Amino acid sequence: MLEALLVLTLLAVIFGLLLGFAAVRFKVEGDPVVDQINALLPQTQCGQCTYPGCRPYAEAIANGEAEINQCPPGGETVIVALADLLGRDAIPLNAENGEAKLEKTVVIIDEQICIGCTLCIQACPVDAILGAAKQMHTVIKDECTGCNLCIPPCPVDCIYIIPLETGLKEWKWPSPDATRTKEDQAS
Amino acid sequence: MTRKLWHFHGGLKLKGHKQISITDSVDNTPIPAQLILPLQQHIGTPTVPIVQVGDKVKKGQVIATTQSMVSTPIHAPTSGIISAIEDHPVPHPSGLLAPCIIIDTDGQDEWFEQRETHSQFHLLEPEELRKLIRDAGIVGLGGAGFPSHIKLQPGQSKQVETLILNGAECEPWISCDALLMQQRPRDIIDGLHIMRHAIHASKCLIGIEDNKPKAIQALQDALTEDEKQHTEIVTIPTIYPTGSEKQLIKVLTGQEIPSDKLPIDIGVICHNVGTAAAIADAVIRGIPLISRYVTVTGTATQQPHNLNALFGTPMNFLLQRCDVQLDKMARLLLGGPMMGFKINNLNTPIIKTTNCLLTLKQEDVDDKQSALPCIRCSECAHVCPAQLLPQQLYWWSKAKDFDKVQDYNVFDCIECGCCAYVCPSHIPLVQYYRAAKTEIWQQERDKQKSDHARQRHEFRQHRTELKKLEDEQRRLKKKALLKKTQDVNTDETKKSAIEEAVSRVQEKKQQQTIEAKNTENLTGAQRKQIDEADARREQLKQDEDPN
Repeated sequence: MLEALLVLTLLAVIFGLLLGFAAVRFKVEGDPVVDQINALLPQTQCGQCTYPGCRPYAEAIANGEAEINQCPPGGETVIVALADLLGRDAIPLNAENGEAKLEKTVVIIDEQICIGCTLCIQACPVDAILGAAKQMHTVIKDECTGCNLCIPPCPVDCIYIIPLETGLKEWKWPSPDATRTKEDQAS
Repeated sequence: MTRKLWHFHGGLKLKGHKQISITDSVDNTPIPAQLILPLQQHIGTPTVPIVQVGDKVKKGQVIATTQSMVSTPIHAPTSGIISAIEDHPVPHPSGLLAPCIIIDTDGQDEWFEQRETHSQFHLLEPEELRKLIRDAGIVGLGGAGFPSHIKLQPGQSKQVETLILNGAECEPWISCDALLMQQRPRDIIDGLHIMRHAIHASKCLIGIEDNKPKAIQALQDALTEDEKQHTEIVTIPTIYPTGSEKQLIKVLTGQEIPSDKLPIDIGVICHNVGTAAAIADAVIRGIPLISRYVTVTGTATQQPHNLNALFGTPMNFLLQRCDVQLDKMARLLLGGPMMGFKINNLNTPIIKTTNCLLTLKQEDVDDKQSALPCIRCSECAHVCPAQLLPQQLYWWSKAKDFDKVQDYNVFDCIECGCCAYVCPSHIPLVQYYRAAKTEIWQQERDKQKSDHARQRHEFRQHRTELKKLEDEQRRLKKKALLKKTQDVNTDETKKSAIEEAVSRVQEKKQQQTIEAKNTENLTGAQRKQIDEADARREQLKQDEDPN
């Protein structure tokens, strides 16, 4: 009886130490799930999910505070990818956050109207607007993510949304399903 | 001598329709009034124009090029004046516009300069040959348009055993390669031997489908006894798609190319017969790639035949030459009926990869049959030459599950169209695979873009935080300074402040005193000069100050 107790206690102590050691030695810095979720988000930093950027939203998803259907720029693709990653069911996009974007867009500044107030530069999450105080501003098209965050601060409303041009390289074969539904609608 | 041949999986026996366009000679198309030359006619980096609007160019002059390795220059097909460099419809399934150089021809057809000819190509180094081939703008003329000099550069570690010339031309209606083999067998064999010399291949095979007896005969006749030692013309059965690279290699050598490998990895290199003839032109005669054989055929064509057309010739021009009934033509396909795509604008130019213009009447266009549900008959899997599972690919493509589509190796699909051809439910299978492929590429691009955006966003956050920290520090410093000045009232702090200032000034002064340099190790003459100068200075001082 006593022997058994001793052996069990000893084992408990050994495993306890082992686990304690492992917890210190193999400690993971940060939350890898957040990084994985963040990697799937489109990084427009638009805030339509009600969080101030993609990473905060990723953290909210990881903590169970947010649903996976709050990202309009990502649309269905991101929802499916997130559902896949987190082992949840894919759900339709939450309409409260906005509509999924069918077409990629960027913004353009009308340089004739721009007064050089720098407010849009401060709003841009990816430093895609170039300019200085009282100097003309312009959008670097290749860096613009189409988040439209620069539009509300503009005091003279000189920023417009334009569709992103598709060249031969970006062109996609249309899916037969898509063309068929179009034809059905036409007929 | 009969050679053992292998079979690839699946494939179809299709009606050829080739004879109607195989005539005894090729039609040398006259020079049209305007040539439209897209800046990208190959796979790889697009070229950049090196001419300007208004420039006069001559035949064979380079008009666009790049430094990039995976690219070939574009030459003026005839002499004329550059009238514009602008966007124009190009032969692409999207029907989108792309930048083109437009030449108003002058009809003189004047050559650019003395051409470099090398009849003794055996004396040239492989590297020189590759440069000649690149400079002549040669790309694979079979359809893909991959720059040929790259395929002739196997690399140090890879030994090329077999060089295969692809004369299969398996797709129905097309006959430009057949006619080329009939008309220019000697050039094809010369080109083959130039390539053989460039890659040190030990043996050469020319694979031709058995529905082109005239072409086989012409090549047999052109082959000398010496050449027969290492070059063999192989007649292969007519099964679509034998003309596809991987399938042809399987038929001729029995070897299969693994999913993510290239023919070179198993010691084989495959080129089209047209490319061989173009290489002979470039190396032996110094003629760059400026024209090609194009088949104009189909049910709406009254005089189907092959034309030797300059690049940039508008399709309309060729159609008129072959008496195409434009009013009855319901569709113009670029390429054959299996893999070709629709062209809507008849002003689209002929480019390096254009092999066939197929004109169809309304009754021959059969895409109005609506697709029915898949009945899982597995006919598609039976005919797939790449041994894929078209049904599974279809399900996952339709469901847009692109990970699964890739798991089923959609990128091994050669888009030959066999599966869609046999499908009893008329499902446009290849359309689904093409859509899936381009969608996957798009997602990869999006991923790259979002990663880039994340980096920029994180850097911005880092920067703003740093700035905040700096501002805070500056504020604290200012506050401390303010406090100090307020405390100055006491004598002691005053004193210490004055002392501090004095020491600062002294320190500064010390730093400012300039010491003369180069005053050590002087020669006698220099020393003397300095002494003299000093004496003069002293004298001046005394003169100025007589009192």
